[in-house]
Amino acid sequence: MTAKISYADVEVGTELPAQSFPVTRATLVQYAGASGDFNPIHWNEKFATGVGLPDVIAHGMFTMAEAIRVVTDWAGDPAAVVEYGVRFTKPVIVPNDDKGALIEVSAKVAALLDDNRVRVDLIAMSAGQKVLGMSRAVVRLA
Amino acid sequence: MALDQSFVGRAYPPTAPYEVGREKIREFAEAVGDTNPAYTDPEAAKALGHSDVIAPPTFVFAITFKAAGQVVEDPQLGLDYSRVVHGDQKFAYKRPVRAGDRLSVTSTIEAVKSMAGNDIVDIRGEVHDETGEHVVTAWTKLVARAAQEA
Repeated sequence: MTAKISYADVEVGTELPAQSFPVTRATLVQYAGASGDFNPIHWNEKFATGVGLPDVIAHGMFTMAEAIRVVTDWAGDPAAVVEYGVRFTKPVIVPNDDKGALIEVSAKVAALLDDNRVRVDLIAMSAGQKVLGMSRAVVRLA
Repeated sequence: MALDQSFVGRAYPPTAPYEVGREKIREFAEAVGDTNPAYTDPEAAKALGHSDVIAPPTFVFAITFKAAGQVVEDPQLGLDYSRVVHGDQKFAYKRPVRAGDRLSVTSTIEAVKSMAGNDIVDIRGEVHDETGEHVVTAWTKLVARAAQEA
């Protein structure tokens, strides 16, 4: 494990470079195949609205996978992430058009821990709604 | 219907090993649009100290969630899967999942609650490799929403 960020170079409040991740219906079909999660709420509008959703929604685990990229891109080595947890608070609604939705992720160092570890708190938004809550990672830095 | 509290602590038998393949990791990384070379290039992974390509942090969920199916589909527990949504998800890693791993999951019910008509089940999945080394623990909270007419 070789993080490219040094523990000595961060403090509480250090911001990680924010990123935005586009998601279209095609993205969801590809993720369904790769992850094995074929729940039709993620690709079938008729089914999704039939169970009371406003439209097709992204897999929560897709959003979770995108959000941590802000941390793994910053740390360099993805294995620097030693803990990662989220709460799925609101769905990412993905309309059937060429634009889809956007997941906007920001993150900052929230606490310095022992053993060169830091806690990073993440914020993930889509269409002005917070889509992940309690989104936190523990990262071991160099 | 409230779920039976006596299921708390129940452990299910370890799953048959899942063999992690390089191309499956590549497929997953491409699906989330992540171009980190540690996921696709063995040399890049080795430069970081890994013996082969590693998987993105959430990759292992596909394995632990399949294992959690033992709990979800346990007729004695009686969870209504058609009403289940994913509440929380957490992972704690001992080391990254990597190509060549043969991973087995042991699922345990950590908590069973009923709140406002919702049934809530917390499942812990302990993931071990074929040498018995602990790789990662996954915690999954599933919420079966209250039936509408209730």
